[in-house]
Amino acid sequence: MSDLIRLKNVEKKYKNGVTAIHNLNLAIEKGSFVFVIGGSGSGKSTLIKMLYREEKPTKGQVIVGGLDVAKLKNSKVYKLRRKLGIVFQDYRLLPKQTVYENVAFALECIGEKKDSIRIKVLKALEDVGLKNKVHEYPDKLSGGEQQRVAIARAIVNEPKLLLCDEPTGNLDPDMSMEIMKVLEDINKRRGTTIIMATHDKEIVNKMKKQVVTLKEGHLVKFKQKGKYEDEAI
Amino acid sequence: MKLFRMLGRSIRDAVKSVIRNFSLSLASISCITITLIIVAIAIMASYNVQNFTKEIERDMTIVAFLDNDATKSDVKEIEKEINSISNVDKYTYQSKQEVKEKMQAESDVFDTVLQNWSDEESPLKDTIQVKVKDVEKINKTAAKIESIDKVAVVRYGSGMVDKMIAAFNQVEKITYGIVIALIVVTVFLIINTIKLTISARRREIGIMRLVGASNFTIKTPFIIEGMILGIFGSIVPVLITMYGYTAFYNHFDGYLYSQLIKLIQPEPFIYQVSLSVIIIGIIVGMIGSSSAVRKYLKV
Repeated sequence: MSDLIRLKNVEKKYKNGVTAIHNLNLAIEKGSFVFVIGGSGSGKSTLIKMLYREEKPTKGQVIVGGLDVAKLKNSKVYKLRRKLGIVFQDYRLLPKQTVYENVAFALECIGEKKDSIRIKVLKALEDVGLKNKVHEYPDKLSGGEQQRVAIARAIVNEPKLLLCDEPTGNLDPDMSMEIMKVLEDINKRRGTTIIMATHDKEIVNKMKKQVVTLKEGHLVKFKQKGKYEDEAI
Repeated sequence: MKLFRMLGRSIRDAVKSVIRNFSLSLASISCITITLIIVAIAIMASYNVQNFTKEIERDMTIVAFLDNDATKSDVKEIEKEINSISNVDKYTYQSKQEVKEKMQAESDVFDTVLQNWSDEESPLKDTIQVKVKDVEKINKTAAKIESIDKVAVVRYGSGMVDKMIAAFNQVEKITYGIVIALIVVTVFLIINTIKLTISARRREIGIMRLVGASNFTIKTPFIIEGMILGIFGSIVPVLITMYGYTAFYNHFDGYLYSQLIKLIQPEPFIYQVSLSVIIIGIIVGMIGSSSAVRKYLKV
C-alpha cells in the first residue's frame, strides 16, 4: 500500500516561542486507522491541525494525498479540505438546522447538485445509523448522536482521509464505543484512512490499531496494534 | 452551472441575512437612502446648472460698434480682420438703418422717438455681432476687435453672468464635498452591519472553511448583502427623482424664475439620474461589504 500522509523533518514553533512538534518523521498508509496519543501539550492537536492546514509547519514537509500542505496558499486550502473530513470534540453543528441540513451543508458549500446531495446525505446518515433522525434538530439528540451527525457531515463528500480530534472527549464510555464502532465501520467499508487524536486509554487498548505516541512534541513510538502505554507518556 | 448554483445560494443567504438582522439592515438602508437623496438632488442640480450655463454661454455675443464715419469699404476691412481672429465662430453685420428698423418694429415708443431723429442726430451705430468658439477667451477676442481701426467700442456678456456662474460652481463644489462625506459615513455603517452579520455567522463560516468552501463562496453572500442594502436604499431616491423632478419641472413650466434659466426636460433625464443613483447605491453597498469581509473574515 502507498502512503497517504508523509511528514519529513517537521517542526512547529508557535509565535509565543513554544515548539509543539520537533523533527517529526511519519508515513501513514492509505486505509489505515491510526491513534495519536500523548498527554496534554504533547502535540497531538498540532499534528492534526497541520494535516488540515489550520497550522503551517515551521520547517519540513507535510504531504497529504500528494499535496504539499505547507506550500499551499491560503486561497487554495479549500482544495485540500475537500479531500478530507474533520471531526471535533465539540461536534460543531448548526443548531438551527436539521440533521439532514447539517450534513447537506457540507455539499451545498462546494456547489454539489441537489439530487446528488440527497443521495449522498442519506447514504452518509445510513452509515452512521441516523437515517431515522433526518428531521430532528441537534438539541433533540444525545451527545453520541450529535457526534454521529458530525461524522456523517465529515464523510458525506467521500474523503480519503478522516481526521478526528478527540471525538469521544465529551462522551461517556458507552457512547464513545458506539462512535468507535461507527468509525471502524467507515474505515473498513469505505476504505477511509482515519487518524484520531485521543487520550482515551480504554478505546486505544480495545481497538488494537496503529498507535503513534507523542511526548512533548517528539515521536516516541509508532506501533502496529499498539496499546496505550502510560510510561511512554 | 455550478457558478449559477453557488450564486443562487449566495443570494438566498444574503436575503435571509438582511431579514434576520432587520433593524440593523434598516439603519443601513435609511442611511443609504438619505445619502442617495442628496446625491440625486446634487446630480440633478449640477446637470441643470451645467445646462443653463452652457445656454448662457452660447448666447454670449460681442457687439462691435463702428465709428460713425465708417464707410462700406471700412466695414469690409473690419469684417476681414474679425474673420482672421481664430476664436471667432461667426459674425453678422447690421447697418444703423437695419438697427433702427428693428427697434421701430419692436415697440411704438422706439418708433416715435427714432422717427424724430435725423441720421446725424441718431445715436445708433453700425454694428457687427460676433459669436466666439470659446467663451472663456471672450475677453481677449473682444480686446482684439476693439483694437481694429474704425471700431468705436465693444460690448459683451456682463460681469454679472460670470459671477453667477462662479457662484454656481462654488455651490456645486460644496455639494460634492457633502456628498462625499455622506458616502464615507454610509460605507462605515455598512461595514458595521456586515461585521455584525459576520459575527452572527462565525460558526457557520468556520464550518464552511472546514468542509472546503472556497473564499469566493464564503465572501459572495456578504457582498451581495451589501448590494441588496444599496438597492433597497435607492428605492426612495429613485422615486423622488422620477416624480419629484417631473413635478418640479411642471410646476415651473420648464423655466426657473426667468426665461434665462431653462430646466432640462424630465425625459430621459430622470431615467439617467435614477440609473446613476441605483448604480451608486450598489457600489457604495459593495465597497462597504467587501471592506468588512476583508477586515473581519480575513479571506
